[in-house]
Amino acid sequence: MSTSKLSHADAAEQFIKDEPRTNWHDETLWFVRQKRDKAAHGLPEWEQLREWASQIKDHTLSNLDNYLLEFERNANTNGVTIHWATDGADHNRIIFDIIQKNNIQKIVKSKSMLTEECGLNEFLHAKGIETVDTDLGERIVQLRHEAPSHIVLPAIHLKKQDVSDTFHEHLHTEKGNNDPQYLTEAARQHLREKFIESELAITGVNFAIAETGGFVVCTNEGNADMGAHAAKIHIACMGFEKMIPKAEHLSVFLRLLARSATGQPITTYSSHFHKPREGQEMHIVIVDNGRSRQLGRADFRNSLKCIRCAACFNTCPVYRRSGGHSYHTAVAGPIGSILNPNIDMRANADLPFASTLCGSCSNVCPVKIDIHDQLWKWRQVLVSEGFVDTTKKVGLKGMAFVLARPGLYRFAGKAGRAMMRMFPWLLNNKLNPWYKQREMPAPPKESFRDWYIKNKQQ
Amino acid sequence: MSARETILKAITANKPTLVDLPAIDLAEVIQYNDLLQQYKTVLQSIGGGTVELQDLTSLKEELQTKKANGNFVVNRIPALGEVEESIAHLTATDLAAVETAYLEGTIAVAENGAIWLYESQMGNRLLPFICQHLVIVIEKKNIVPTMHHAYQQIESDKEGFGVFIAGPSKTADIEQSLVIGAHGARSLIVYII
Ligand code: SF4
Repeated sequence: MSTSKLSHADAAEQFIKDEPRTNWHDETLWFVRQKRDKAAHGLPEWEQLREWASQIKDHTLSNLDNYLLEFERNANTNGVTIHWATDGADHNRIIFDIIQKNNIQKIVKSKSMLTEECGLNEFLHAKGIETVDTDLGERIVQLRHEAPSHIVLPAIHLKKQDVSDTFHEHLHTEKGNNDPQYLTEAARQHLREKFIESELAITGVNFAIAETGGFVVCTNEGNADMGAHAAKIHIACMGFEKMIPKAEHLSVFLRLLARSATGQPITTYSSHFHKPREGQEMHIVIVDNGRSRQLGRADFRNSLKCIRCAACFNTCPVYRRSGGHSYHTAVAGPIGSILNPNIDMRANADLPFASTLCGSCSNVCPVKIDIHDQLWKWRQVLVSEGFVDTTKKVGLKGMAFVLARPGLYRFAGKAGRAMMRMFPWLLNNKLNPWYKQREMPAPPKESFRDWYIKNKQQ
Repeated sequence: MSARETILKAITANKPTLVDLPAIDLAEVIQYNDLLQQYKTVLQSIGGGTVELQDLTSLKEELQTKKANGNFVVNRIPALGEVEESIAHLTATDLAAVETAYLEGTIAVAENGAIWLYESQMGNRLLPFICQHLVIVIEKKNIVPTMHHAYQQIESDKEGFGVFIAGPSKTADIEQSLVIGAHGARSLIVYII
């Protein structure tokens, strides 16, 4: 996978060079966001549902150790083997051991952002083992040696022609045929072959139920099921935050998930796995990889409530215009910018700054994560821990200094407005990073404060 | 220390103080005047079709005609004739050739068009996913308003596997154009009696 090592700002700069494509990306995701709104407005109890979901997750996190033990006990009784992985390397090794022990050659995978987080594909590839990603979007990016750019719509950054060219090269489809129906049919035939011959299927987990020891996987294509039911071994990988207490709580989350993600009333398939079928082996790998550390950070533990619907991506003005790859991590977007600094503070210190803090993400989040507040808190942590470059730090320090002094703030505002009027080129130049890709606004004649005082008296 | 102990210990040390589970009050949840109409509208909007029937005679005839024409159809509904048990042992390659599968659903959900199927109703876990076309029969009296009502009636862990199916397999991964028939069934028709 060619994950960019550029910072978010630099990678975004590359992305927006193609302006029509940037606009198209923006509009496509906004369209998905609007579908979400329509679905949400179709349920009068929407806000109540979000509240329930948020509270169920709060409760689960506050009793997580016990729920994991209950889950393990019940899964074992059901004949499922549970593995525990402290980090990505552990996770990959566990899967590799199962592959080796059973002498497996053919592996299909259904979209799992956790395996992306752990770098499973690259790890297995280095051992000479190939996995086939079977979600259509994932297969497209896999053939292109790219990472997914979105957790629900992995190939959202690509146009029909891109897919057509990729399929022409790898699946020998007709050159220049850009019809999505035709291209999907080609992928269907290609992937059905892979499903049928697969020996091992790896899937993700959307929800794990402590009460029953089972887990639920949601897809629209049916790829998780095609893989898992055909193969003689099924490995499901989950971050431990996927836990919920009881099966009845699934109703709350399944009502929220697809509506928030794509505006559908529910995904086509919501599969409940409890026992391996006769003659099959079923494994679950429970992964920490920094999650227990995040649980201990009071300011950030809320991020573990995330159900990966990507509503916060689709609404984010920065994500929509900078593209998922600019976040250089498996989970991009607003929530990725909270989760990733926890995994590696130095490598991902740029991400909490890739936000306008407009709060739109927090407004759409089905489990009520205070996303924009957490991004703001991360900025402070990162600055005080010294992970932020000097330009940004000096700017922020200066701003904090001025903001803490109302008199100075008012003076600076006045001076700034006068300067912008008299010497516009002072700001509209390359030395001002804010001017890059932006037109500076015309300065108002007076500040809001002056305007307010004047108008209040009238 | 094993990975298991390390993780559990860290969670115990880092988890916040216990908070209560919320009570889910069904009085807060949407009501529909006409469950059947709501179900039909939603299923159509997500790519499925519905047919209302007085009894199963016409469906039985359709099935027999298909069989007589040599189509590979699998019936799992006793009221339609003999139920295929042998599919339990068929391989993925065999099942990939199934043209139409006829299955009975337990519960249908008006808010989203989903139908719950137990493994025993499928006869083979792979069948409803790998068949080219899927036909499901449900009883009108088994349509419930929302997912909350559905979970009150099903036992999701009673068998090794169970699924909510809402419409045919679909994808919108190529420029957000909706395409029906990704990997699984290309069509879903629900017969309501
Ligand atoms: S943070 Fe909220 S909105 Fe974003 S993916 Fe997670 S659940 Fe969805």
